[in-house]
Amino acid sequence: MHIKYFSWVRDQIGVESENITLSNEITSVNDLLNYLKNKSEKHNKALSDISVIRCAVNMEVVNLDFSIDDNDEIALFPPMTGG
Amino acid sequence: MIKVQENDFDVNLEIKKITSQNKNIGGVGLFIGIVRDDYDKKLKSMTLEHYPIMTEKMLEKINLEAKNRWKLIDSIIIHRYGKLYPGDQIVLVATFSQHRKDALEACEFLIDWLKTKAPFWKLEATNTGNKWVKEKNSDLEAVKKW
Repeated sequence: MHIKYFSWVRDQIGVESENITLSNEITSVNDLLNYLKNKSEKHNKALSDISVIRCAVNMEVVNLDFSIDDNDEIALFPPMTGG
Repeated sequence: MIKVQENDFDVNLEIKKITSQNKNIGGVGLFIGIVRDDYDKKLKSMTLEHYPIMTEKMLEKINLEAKNRWKLIDSIIIHRYGKLYPGDQIVLVATFSQHRKDALEACEFLIDWLKTKAPFWKLEATNTGNKWVKEKNSDLEAVKKW
């Protein structure tokens, strides 16, 4: 699975993107966030407040209970501020 | 027409490209977003980051939605990214219709939507350092009415 990070989420984690292989236990965005939080101190800090994390799966914004699989492109970012 | 670009845009030119092609247009709804230096902030620059391809997809989607809801003859969304300075143009929303109500309402809808649902993030550089712009409650409220 390819994961992209934007804005301060990327700044805090320290990488623009990474590839991970999902274990069978990870089936939703929420599962993925919990997995990532345990990956490193930086991930844990960046993703500590889920209320300010938004997720897109294959470029569509989704809720945290959305199902994911290994072929998906996931993006994690703060609330958007366009215009 | 959707454009996500680093370069500046010429509002007059963009509008004339459309109005010269269609003589049924009776009005243009227009919003131009400008990089603002609030009086006490001492903004040096604003860097806009976006999620390429998703940005274009989302703008296409909302542009289509505006065309479904209002009688529009045409519409333009141009959104810039990269490093901008106070006074620079950020975004152009222009809606073209026979009568003003469709153009004005669709224009307001599009810009309200862009504020919270287009994948852009703004990094402000001031004398006291860099800060990512937070989502505003007033923007979240504004988009609810549509």
